[in-house]
Formats: sequence, C-alpha cells, structure tokens
Amino acid sequence: MAQAAEAHAAEAHAHAPQAFIWRYVFSKDHKVIGIQYYLTAMVMALVAGLLAMLIRLQLAWPEADWAFLGRILPMGYDVGGGFGVMKPEFYAMLFTMHGTIMVFFVLSTAPVSGFGNLLIPLQVGARDMAFPFLNGLSFWTFLVGSLVILASFFVESGAAAAGWTSYPPLSALPGAVPGSGMGQTLWIVGMTFFIASFTMGGLNFVTTIVNLRTRGLSLMRMPLTLWAMLLVAILGLLAFPALVAACLMLVFDRHFGTSFFLPDGLALNNMPLVGADGAPLHQGGSPLLWQHLFWFLGHPEVYILMLPALGFTSDILATFARRPIFGYKSMVGAMVAIGGLSFVVWGHHMFVSGMSPYLGMAFAVGTILIAVPSAVKVFNWLATLWRARIRFTTPMLWAMGVISLFISGGLSGVWLAQAGPDIHLHDTMFVAAHFHLIMAGAALFGVFGATSFWFPKMFGRMMNEPLGKLHFWFTFVTYYGTFFPMHYVGIAGQLRRIYDPYQYEFLKPLQGINQFITVSAVILGVSQIIFFVNFIWSAFKGPRAGENPWEANGLEWTTTSPPPHGNWPGEIPEVHRWPYEYSNPEAPKDHVMQHEPAPAAVRGH
Amino acid sequence: MPAEVLQKAPSPGGPDRVRCAAPGGGGGNGSPPQPLLADPYRFGLWAFLGTLSMLFIGFTSAYVVRRASPDWRPLAAPSLLWLNTAALAASSVAVEAARRRLKDWDLAGARAWLGACGLLGAAFVAGQLGAWRVLRSQGVFLSSNPHSSFFYILTGLHVVHLAGGLVWFAVVLSRLARVSYPPGEEGLALFATYWHFLGVLWLYLALLLFVF
Amino acid sequence: MAKLQGLLFGLATVTLVAVSTFYFGRPWLPPLKSDRGSIDDAIWAALVVTGIVFIITNLLLAWFGWRYQDGAGARASYWHDDTRLEWTWTLVTAAIMFVFLFRALGLWAGINSPAPPGAMLVEVTGQQFVWNVRYPGQDGVLGKTSGRIVSQENPIGLDQSDPAAADDVLLLNQLYLPQGRPVRVLVRSMDVIHSFFLPHFRVKQDAMPGMTVQTWFTPTEVGTFEIACAEHCGLGHYRMRGQVHVVPADSIDEAIRQAAQ
Repeated sequence: MAQAAEAHAAEAHAHAPQAFIWRYVFSKDHKVIGIQYYLTAMVMALVAGLLAMLIRLQLAWPEADWAFLGRILPMGYDVGGGFGVMKPEFYAMLFTMHGTIMVFFVLSTAPVSGFGNLLIPLQVGARDMAFPFLNGLSFWTFLVGSLVILASFFVESGAAAAGWTSYPPLSALPGAVPGSGMGQTLWIVGMTFFIASFTMGGLNFVTTIVNLRTRGLSLMRMPLTLWAMLLVAILGLLAFPALVAACLMLVFDRHFGTSFFLPDGLALNNMPLVGADGAPLHQGGSPLLWQHLFWFLGHPEVYILMLPALGFTSDILATFARRPIFGYKSMVGAMVAIGGLSFVVWGHHMFVSGMSPYLGMAFAVGTILIAVPSAVKVFNWLATLWRARIRFTTPMLWAMGVISLFISGGLSGVWLAQAGPDIHLHDTMFVAAHFHLIMAGAALFGVFGATSFWFPKMFGRMMNEPLGKLHFWFTFVTYYGTFFPMHYVGIAGQLRRIYDPYQYEFLKPLQGINQFITVSAVILGVSQIIFFVNFIWSAFKGPRAGENPWEANGLEWTTTSPPPHGNWPGEIPEVHRWPYEYSNPEAPKDHVMQHEPAPAAVRGH
Repeated sequence: MPAEVLQKAPSPGGPDRVRCAAPGGGGGNGSPPQPLLADPYRFGLWAFLGTLSMLFIGFTSAYVVRRASPDWRPLAAPSLLWLNTAALAASSVAVEAARRRLKDWDLAGARAWLGACGLLGAAFVAGQLGAWRVLRSQGVFLSSNPHSSFFYILTGLHVVHLAGGLVWFAVVLSRLARVSYPPGEEGLALFATYWHFLGVLWLYLALLLFVF
Repeated sequence: MAKLQGLLFGLATVTLVAVSTFYFGRPWLPPLKSDRGSIDDAIWAALVVTGIVFIITNLLLAWFGWRYQDGAGARASYWHDDTRLEWTWTLVTAAIMFVFLFRALGLWAGINSPAPPGAMLVEVTGQQFVWNVRYPGQDGVLGKTSGRIVSQENPIGLDQSDPAAADDVLLLNQLYLPQGRPVRVLVRSMDVIHSFFLPHFRVKQDAMPGMTVQTWFTPTEVGTFEIACAEHCGLGHYRMRGQVHVVPADSIDEAIRQAAQ
C-alpha cells in the first residue's frame, strides 16, 4: 500500500524535459549553480593572474622597455616618450584590482560558492539546497558584481587604485588618485553585489546544513568539508555587514559631503579642502573607523578563504591515506575556535595605525593564541599520515601541498602577531609572503585538490592523472619560488605597493631576488595552462568514472557520476557512521561507507 | 553532462511540503522521512535577521564612537517621528490580529487585518519621508552634521528594508486574496516575524538616535 | 614509479627546509641604528622557534609521505584518537604561545611608553609626496597649524600669527637627529594616510589625517639613512623618500640651522 502510494507520488512529480535555458542557464539545481560559480571564478582568476604578472614584470625590471605591452595596453604604458614604461597610476590599479578580484571573486567564490554548492546537498543527503531559487539568484547577482568590477577597468580615469583595502581618504577623495573617481564607485557597486550574493549563499548553506541532514547524520558525523562550509557561512553572515556599513558610509563621504571618514584640515595639492565660503568640506571624521569596519570583515574573510581548503584537505587526506582523520573532535573544535577567534583579532592589521596601544595589546592576545588551534590541525594531519597507506593521486598531492603551505604561511604569522616586530614588518613584502602562502596558497591548492577529487563526481569522467601531477609539481615548486623569497626581501624592508622599489638606496640590492621571484611567477602563471587543458579535455573526453572511483566514504559517492537532478535516483541514503571509517581491522573491506548498514562487527561512530 | 528525463524532486523543506507529506515517505520522494530540525524557511529568516542585526550593530558602533567627538550637534527629533512609530507599532498589532483571524479560519478577517498592516506600514514610509522633509525645511541635510548624517542613513536603511517588507506583504496578501479556504499560517507567520523585527529595529534606532 | 610521487614530495620538502634555513640565516635586517634592538631580538626569537617547528614538521611531513606509501601488506593503522597526546601537544603549543605573548606585550609596552623628559621634539607631516619636517626652534614649542590656510608657500598651514611659530624651522625631506639622545616624533598628515618608516631604526608610524601620533626612539649611530613611506598614498608613493641625518648630539642645533639655509 505504501509502495503504491510512493510510486504514484513519484509519477506525479516527474516532469517533462526542461529547455536548455532552465536547465543550464537559469538553473535552480545546486550542481549547475556550483559549476557556474566555479567557471566564473576561473575566468576572474585568469584576469587577476594576468594583473599579477604585470606587477611582477614591473618589480623585476622597472626601467625596462615594455613597448609590446604598451601596444596591447596603451592606457597603462607611456609609449610616447618613455617607450613602454608603465605608468604609476596603472601600477596602483594593478595591485588594487589583483587583490580585490582574487580575494572576493576567485578565492571566496570557487571554494565556497563553487564547491559548497556542489557538495553540501550531496554530503548532507538532500535533494537540493534549502532555497533553490535564492541559490540561482545568488549566482546571477554574483555575475553582475563581477561584470561591474570588470567594467571598472574601462572607465576613463581607470579602475579603483587605492588598494584592495580602499583606505580613505585616498579612496574617498577623487583627486587623491585617478582611480578614486568612477573606478572606486564601481568598486563599491561591484562589492555590494558580491556581498548580497554571498549573503544569499550563506543563508542557503547554513539552513541546508543545519536542517536538511539525512537521517542518522548528526553534526559529529559530518565530513570536515561540511563543518568548514557551515563555519564559513556563519562567518560570512556575521562579518560582511560591517563592510556593507563601511561602503555605504564611503559612498556618502564621496558623493554627499558627509564626514564619516574624513577629518578637518585636509589639503590636496597644497589647496585646502574648503567650500566656497571657506568652511572646511569635512570635519570630525576618522580614517580609523573605516579600518576597524573593513578589518572586522577582512579578518574573518581570510578564514572564509582558508577554512574550506582545510576541510577538503582532511577529507582528501583520509581517503588517500586510508586512515581515519586523527582527532576528529579536535579538528572540529579547532575550526570552531579559529572561526570564533577570527572575530577578535582584526586590529592586528592596524598595529601602527595610531589606534590606542592598549587596543594593540588586546588584539595581539587573540592573534598569538589563534596559532594554537592552527597547530592542532597540523599535528592531527601529521598523525593521520603516520602508519598510513598513502596513494599519491593528484588530489593527495594537493592536500599535502595545503599542509605544507599552511605550515609555512602559518609560522610567519607568529612573527607578525607580536606587535613589536610588526612595526618593522608591517606593509613589507613579508606580509605579502605570509598571506600568499597561507591564505591564497592554501585556498588555491584546496581548489585544485577539490577539483581533481570531485571532478569525476561532477562530470562523470576522470581527469588525466599524469597531467594532474605535472600541473601540481610545476605549481608547487614555482609557488614556493615566487612567495618564499618575499620573506627575505620583506625583512630587508621592501615595501608593498611600490611602483619602483629601487628608488630607495637600501632596496637596490634586492633587484636580483625580485627578478628570481618574477621568473618563478611567470612560470607559475604559464603552468596553469596544463590545468585548463586537463580540465577542458577531461570534461569531454576523459575516461568514464564510476560511482566511487576513489573508494571514499562520503554520501556523495553513493550516487551516480554525475548525480541526477534530485541527487539520488532512488531513496536518499541513511547514515550510520562518520565518514572516516578507513582501515578498521574488524571490517571486511578497508573502508566502510557512511550509508552502509552497520555490520555487527564494526562499531558505529 | 548527460541529458536525462528525471523525476522532479520537490524542494526540501518549506511549510507546504511538510504538510503535504505523502504517507510512507516524506514529500513523495521515496526517502526516509527527513528529520527536520526546524522549518528551513523560519531558520533562514532568522539567519537573515542575524545578518541584518550585524549591519545595524556596525553602524551603532560607528555612531557611538562618533558621538564622543567635539563637533557633535544633536538634532531634535521631528515630532512626526513619534507618530510614525505609533503607526508602525499599530501595524505590528494588525498583523498579529490577522494571524489570530487566520487561525480561527476567518479568511475575510485575516485579509482585512493584513490590509490594515500594509496600510499602516505604507503610512510609516510616507511619514518617514515627511520627517525628512521637515528636517530639510529646517536646513538640516545629510551632510549638515554627524548626527544628521547618521539619522538620514539609519532611517533610510530601515525604510528601504521596510519597503522590501511591503513587497512581501503584497505577495502574502495577494496569495490570501486568491484562495477560497484558509491556508496554513506559516507563510503569514514568517512575514509577521520579519515585520516585528523591523518594528523592534525602528524602536531601537529611535531610542539610539534621540534618547540614549 | 608508484613510490615516485612520495619520494618527490619528500625531496621537495627537504629541499625547501634546507634552502629556506640557509637563506633565513643570512642578515636581511637593515643594520640597526637605534635603541630598538628589542625588536630585532623578538624577530630572532620568532625565527628560531618557528624555524625549529618548521624544520620538524616539514621533515615529518616528508618522512611520512615517503615511508607510508601504499603497497602490499597490512592495512593502515586505525588509531585515530589519543586524548593524552592531543592535550599534550595542545598545551605545549599554548605554553610556547603564552611565552611569546608575554614577551610581545612587554616589548609593546616599552615601545609605547612615554618619551623621556629630555627628548628632542620634531614633527614630521606627510603629504603627497614629500615629508615636511618641522623643528620647534628655541622656544621648544611648535606653532599652531591649520589646514584652512594651506597654500603653495605654506604647505603645512603654519599659522604665523601664533608667536610660537616664528622660530619654527621647516625642512623638506631632510630630518636631523642627535646621536644618543632620545627623539620624539609627532607624525601627521595633510591629505591621505602615509606611513613614516625608518627601516634602520625599526620605526614605523602611520601618518593619519586628523590625528597627531607620537613615537619616540634614540638614534645610536652617526650617518645618513633613508625615510620611506610605508602606506599607499597615491601615484608618488614610491618616490616619497627622505633622508635622516644622525649627527653628534652637540652639533644638532648647528646642523639644523645649516640645513634651513
């Protein structure tokens, strides 16, 4: 009787094939949306990566003749008298937009909006996200934001040029730098769309993970990827509003004469900023206010970038080491601690800003302590590798890479966290080394690892292993070659955001190292071609993948590759254990999947 | 990606889905009944209200710090604001009355009270714009002084969200108008939650700006 | 071939450790010319402690990756919890971090302590894209300034009606400091955020519009060094350099007088 009712209900819910536009363009299917996000993020990565190449060329050979670049990018180079010398305003735009696009439109997007959308419903055992329409809307909002950001390159006064951190007064006074005209306005508009999109996504993530878990999937049986996504969603929902508030106030300072961030007594080009009646245009505002609000978002933001990679790494590591992740509870606790602490450390970006030294002390406390949960994660990963049976597939290499970068980048954070050394190291390349290794590096390697791991599930085909490994090695070596030497030049005092460091005598000896860094960076950039070739070729011509090519344990591996609309052709599986049941000596195989009913011999978790 | 004719899977969660659960399976999708912890729409709304709260908390901290500066010139609240507050409070009462009517299966009564809520909400919006006009006529503009800047921005932000709430109201009312028997009250309850939040938020802003 | 990747990863990691240790051992810090050696000490301590952790964890990573590769034989170990071990490494890490914390707070308090009473006063005002240096002159008092009277001839808006302004000495991009005497610098800005950076002195203070922030230190060696701007301030940020001349303490007034001509 029940079965008949089910079959009847199933028929009633079958529907006619959808038109292409509703299936693949304005889709509400989380898998399609995830891929849309991912592909858009890849395009944005190409743009931001190109910007980085230009920055590195300038830092290695500032006096060189880039005539051919001057022909492709006439707005950026003085081709007239200087034979292709880069313009300083172009350089300022390069580092501003490289940072903005990479942080928000690539590395918040691909791991979170991309993989989060792809994986969450599958890993929780749901047919789709809680709010599929909102999900689709979130992508299109993101796309609009991306287009606005890209459009800002084409305005006459150039894209925003006040740094990705957009500190006022530089970003608030159009006369302070050319990009602070229309370019900065479009930056604010683009960011607003981005934040709206991210908020919509965050609502979906948190609701789906908390409420739509299948039977048996308690919180402590969730894969660490899901924990990471849950925390990232919460972080985003609580932190982004501060930037919204700040951006709103910046708009009003820029266009409506308010003084949130602008104090009295300003003068540009030796002309006081006063009105026709001699009264100052601004009064009483504080640039520090922007910094507090920006970094209240900014610090959780960098953990938003990093946490998904940490989740992916744990899941990939367990799968290919054939070991349970060591210390699952403390892994969860560490991620929660990192997420929580991330809200009380933002002032470490402002140690020398002139804020009260007492505040500096307070922020140093949290910042130094956040090293503890981070270290716990590294120790747990190392313990997971001990007495493992490692299969060095491409995803495993990337996961190992994440651990390596997390160690390197995390340790340099200990230097910066102590406010004293930060006096010397703030705004030098040492900071750039730190965050490129731990934040950008971990996120990037996490994305590549996740791509190679879940590609078979998403496209039903395997990526090419030799190409994958080649891509990893080129990237791993040149990534370190690019960013590790930045520690040294940073300690030597090389500043960030400097168009020509060799104007300073004390920096002249560093040009050789900068050239080495640039060569590494160019090879790093070019190596990504291997990835694109592999991705595109494999999507169409790769060998077909089965349901569970990696012999992994998560719920996503219990359905077809790719999963159908609705994720499971039949019933949604129930969960009986955690996802790390590898190499249990009492189990018949070397892994027991989450949904397998408990054999008597294998204890549940 | 392979093309297939697939079973449509109903979206998980949502009040209607839960109520229409087919016997023997949740939502007719053949899966074991999903143990929903909370109604996803309700949960999602509260998460959104959390985000909104952070937005106004951010502004509050900026406001409190700025208030300490020497150039602070507190402006007097136009009396219209208190009328608007009363209207908004009344609209919250109205929506609660509508919920009561709906629970008692009085569709006509529910529509009427909901309509009243919307009207009072619209009156609030008009009143806020009126208050702005009063201030402008007194020469107090957005950039006149920090207090006025915050006043315009905070009231503006609130009114924008209220306008969004009015759009939601229109949707709920039109749904209520189209049916011939009373639906479940979850949709109306959800709207009421958002509406009350905006009311409490307004009270908070009014107190922050003019009392404390 | 099967074990190749693990071998490569191990080798790459060991190479990273070796190369990075070698290079970190070199002297990168600009030679110290002030009394802020405690910052250098803190950097060294960080290098040593994080260096040891870096070496150990990376060697473990390399070793495990190579040693525990898949092959014929028994399954991997199932061991995945050890409460005592986890507490131990957590508490040891926390203890090390607490030591860092206390030292860091002490260092920070020292740097932010009030300037000694006899410290020489000088004001540095950042501006797109120069450093305006101002000495208080004989009266020891800096005259009032106002942004409203700024002009081409009066870039910092010095209010000549203030009697204290009459003997103020103004220099452009040149800073004169006495050897062995503490100096307190008032850092300000006319337009956007700059940052007053003396690499050889371990001094960095953001120049915030609307604020005057003080920092103090003692130059220890005679010589000429550079001032850099350490906060992106516009097109000329890269060329906002100045020079700081440390002269014997008894000739500082003469040096300033000479420079002003």
